[in-house]
Amino acid sequence: MSDLKSCPTVEPDEFVDKTLKNYPTKVAKKRRAHMLVRQESEENQNINANARSVPGIITQRGCCYAGCKGVVIGPYGDMVHITHGPIGCGFYSWLTRRNLFKPGEDGKNYSTYCFSTDMEEHDIIFGGEKKLKQAIYEAYETFKPNAISVHATCPIGLIGDDVQAVAREAEAELGVKVLAFNCEGYKGVSQSAGHHIANNKLFSEVVGTCDQPIEGYSVNILGEYNIGGDAWEIERILKKCGIRVGATFSGDGKFEEMTSAHMASLNLVMCYRSINYLADMMETRFGIPWAKVNFIGVSAMSKSLRKIARFFEDPELTSKVEQVIQEEEERVYKELAPYKERLQGKTAMLFVGGSRAHHYQDLLKDLGLTPVAAGYEFAHRDDYEGSQIVSDIKLDADSRNIEELKVTPHPEKYRPRLSPEKQKQLEEEKVLKHYHGMIPDMPSGTLVIDDISHAELERLILDLRPDIVLSGIKDKYVIEKFGIPSKQIHNYDYSGPFSGYEGAINFAREIDMMIHNPAWKFMASPFEKKPLLTAELGVDK
Amino acid sequence: MLDHTTSEITPRKALRVNPAKTCQPIGAMYAALGINRCLPHSHGSQGCCSYHRSHLTRHYKEPVMASTSSFTEGASVFGGSPNLRQSLKTIFQTYDPDVVAVHTTCLSETIGDDIPTIVKKASEDGIVPRGKWVIHASTPSYAGSHVTGFSNMVKGMVDYFTNKGEKKVKGQINILPGYVEPPDMRKLKSMVAEMGLTPVVFPDTSDVLDTPKTGHYEMYPPGGTKVEKLLTTGASEYTMAMGHFSSKDPAAHLELKGGVPFTLSDTPIGVQATDRFYQGIMEATGAEIPKAQLDDRGRLVDMMTDYQHYLYGKKVALWGDPDQVISLAEFMSDMGMQPVCIITGTPGKIFEKRLKAILEGKALMPVIAQKQDLFYLHQVIKKQPVDLLVGNTYGKYIARAEDTPFVRFGFPILDRAGHSYFPSVGYKGGIHLLTSIVNTLLDRQDRDAPDERFELVL
Repeated sequence: MSDLKSCPTVEPDEFVDKTLKNYPTKVAKKRRAHMLVRQESEENQNINANARSVPGIITQRGCCYAGCKGVVIGPYGDMVHITHGPIGCGFYSWLTRRNLFKPGEDGKNYSTYCFSTDMEEHDIIFGGEKKLKQAIYEAYETFKPNAISVHATCPIGLIGDDVQAVAREAEAELGVKVLAFNCEGYKGVSQSAGHHIANNKLFSEVVGTCDQPIEGYSVNILGEYNIGGDAWEIERILKKCGIRVGATFSGDGKFEEMTSAHMASLNLVMCYRSINYLADMMETRFGIPWAKVNFIGVSAMSKSLRKIARFFEDPELTSKVEQVIQEEEERVYKELAPYKERLQGKTAMLFVGGSRAHHYQDLLKDLGLTPVAAGYEFAHRDDYEGSQIVSDIKLDADSRNIEELKVTPHPEKYRPRLSPEKQKQLEEEKVLKHYHGMIPDMPSGTLVIDDISHAELERLILDLRPDIVLSGIKDKYVIEKFGIPSKQIHNYDYSGPFSGYEGAINFAREIDMMIHNPAWKFMASPFEKKPLLTAELGVDK
Repeated sequence: MLDHTTSEITPRKALRVNPAKTCQPIGAMYAALGINRCLPHSHGSQGCCSYHRSHLTRHYKEPVMASTSSFTEGASVFGGSPNLRQSLKTIFQTYDPDVVAVHTTCLSETIGDDIPTIVKKASEDGIVPRGKWVIHASTPSYAGSHVTGFSNMVKGMVDYFTNKGEKKVKGQINILPGYVEPPDMRKLKSMVAEMGLTPVVFPDTSDVLDTPKTGHYEMYPPGGTKVEKLLTTGASEYTMAMGHFSSKDPAAHLELKGGVPFTLSDTPIGVQATDRFYQGIMEATGAEIPKAQLDDRGRLVDMMTDYQHYLYGKKVALWGDPDQVISLAEFMSDMGMQPVCIITGTPGKIFEKRLKAILEGKALMPVIAQKQDLFYLHQVIKKQPVDLLVGNTYGKYIARAEDTPFVRFGFPILDRAGHSYFPSVGYKGGIHLLTSIVNTLLDRQDRDAPDERFELVL
């Protein structure tokens, strides 16, 4: 029987069968592999992920360009990012992702600008290389950024513009770094391909090009995009503990910080999906280990801080970390108490991103909410099942097209941070090199659905009636027409931060508001049932 | 804020900075949402559909449903026919729309997918159920702008639905509203109906992108022009087409295909453009303008003089979609304001020509530019400061950088409420617009006034 609190009458297996009946037979078969009913008694439950979305199915997913320019590279605010293609792609990714940016001492800030080659018909016919080169020159002359990036969109790959050659030439002539990304939208099956392409380039052309030492307990934060100021709250807490952040990839990012990132002691991986490639490659090349962290949620934040302390294994740091945890938790739990009281027992569904649908479960649990169904938009199997399965994943044609860099230790710059014994021990303790994935955290009877379609989401809402859904902009207003609040977890409904201790309070306040807003009760008009109306108006019959 | 924008204008040949337009497919998607029980379909990579849905949703705060052919690298090499066939199979069985409106993207256009042939084959193979429609528009992102995409999709509606040689229905007229908001479409419909005529407004996104919250979700809301209505567009006596950029092509096509004569008028924003709208319909049909509208007209003119102290001589920079900006510039000039910089990102020399004709002899000739961007506009106003900015949300950065009052108008508006509920067209729409403009200027006056000049009555 189902353990789903909100819907004792819903049998999850039946639910899956019923949902699949909406599809043509072959589509139903494909989609079945992307759904599972969680059974804690079953070890190693499998789910299919990172596979093509069925054409026409109404997916949440975006494209490779969105993952590369929109997610990973876009947040570098002291760079000029040129979209090479027709105007749309640059336009839609202009300031819509909320990766907040404060300029450094040089004052360079291009984060509010949008740059594009605005390709027109004759450029498509005759090729766009000249226009691109001219655009890079004009961008450099006018703006003098710290670096320039070029992002190829769909037609560029087809007409065969050699963006890499143009970037190399421009870089040599202008003396400024020009990074070109072949992130045409049709590559891969979702944004995920773009993350990988972005990681490859940052690794091969930027990280390790400068050797500025970073003093103290130094870490980089990977896969933290400073949505609504998340990175700033995390930095506040780390700083309080005496931990120094070398580079953040890529929230509030500055180009130069990346170049010496290999000098830090530890890489902290926040969004495993979008940045695990870089973490792995940096470890192989420079000997910098990585630890998976989650800074979303009070207990998750504290747990992550303890992981960092465990790595450095310094009594002074450990005691400082414990002191900070105690101080912050005491304050935050006090503030959360009234919200928790009102939210206890409510149910939530999470369909978003490649890590957030997991990260936010920790925060929801802190507040007393139960996740009843969850899934990612563009994750891979390891994000569901854990990083230990990576070697079992069979590469399909779409993934094979994304280059895997062959990485070897750097002849001079490779520097192991730990003794082999300590490294091994921390790996066994799952402090290092391990992400356990979403599925083990889901209770029995819950549903895990990958790359959810509109049809499936609609059915879930009708049958499970959750109290809140964490999702994205395209679903939000669909869900809310049903009378169920939906919190955007890509852009936080223009609020935040939601990370760390301060973020938990912000999040709790908003979830409480959304669920308990008195306006919801007016959805049913008093005029639909006439007797009710007369009764309420106090009219005697 | 925008510290790297200098007043020195250097010529740019290749770099677009801060665009004042976007690409065709989003306009096609918006237009297709104006057909009842229609699912817009984006034939290209997933990202296009996702970006368009997201941006329309941010603008309307409403569900925006559309599907995609989900191109992969293989489809890009071998063509998108299998993806479109699979899409149609999935869509009809799973989502059951009456119409699928396919628009292309830069990817499928560069490949050269022939949509009508693919759809014809799909129909023959039984993939398109009987009685269902698949229409299409070619909307390459590398030509024109979102306004062109809108126009192309409306032309596509004529292509598929308008019949030849129909017996005319007395009093029925087609209304091509152009790329305007749902409340504008609703308003135009009622303005024509009040004249005793039967309007066929298409597209019509009212009751699609402004649906009530009742606790029930409908994937296909009640709004949108019904197919049976679209099938009668050839039986209309006349077409009123609004906006050169968004309605001329469909109107001309409708005349050619259905034998329906048309008047091309400016988008009816402001007194004169609304006057011309009524005159056009009155001349063609013999119908009269209702007394209530004349009263609204009078009220609008009343306001234009009541608040003249705050409007007269005010310098304005405005940007946006050409059809709306042309009428808005005329309206402002009619109130004694001075548009000094008017730009659109949409290409088309008619923009400059029409504005010059409208503003001739009225004031100093402003900087007028098509195919331009907000970076340029910002540079212009750095040299020649203005009292007011009017345009879409992206202008907020310029407004902050220059500390200039700002009225949001056009597409997209991502950070303020109201645009999807209050019409800008007609005399009543003029009253609403004028109210926003006056109140914005007065808020600024109050903010900047020293205590001794901070006055109760304005």
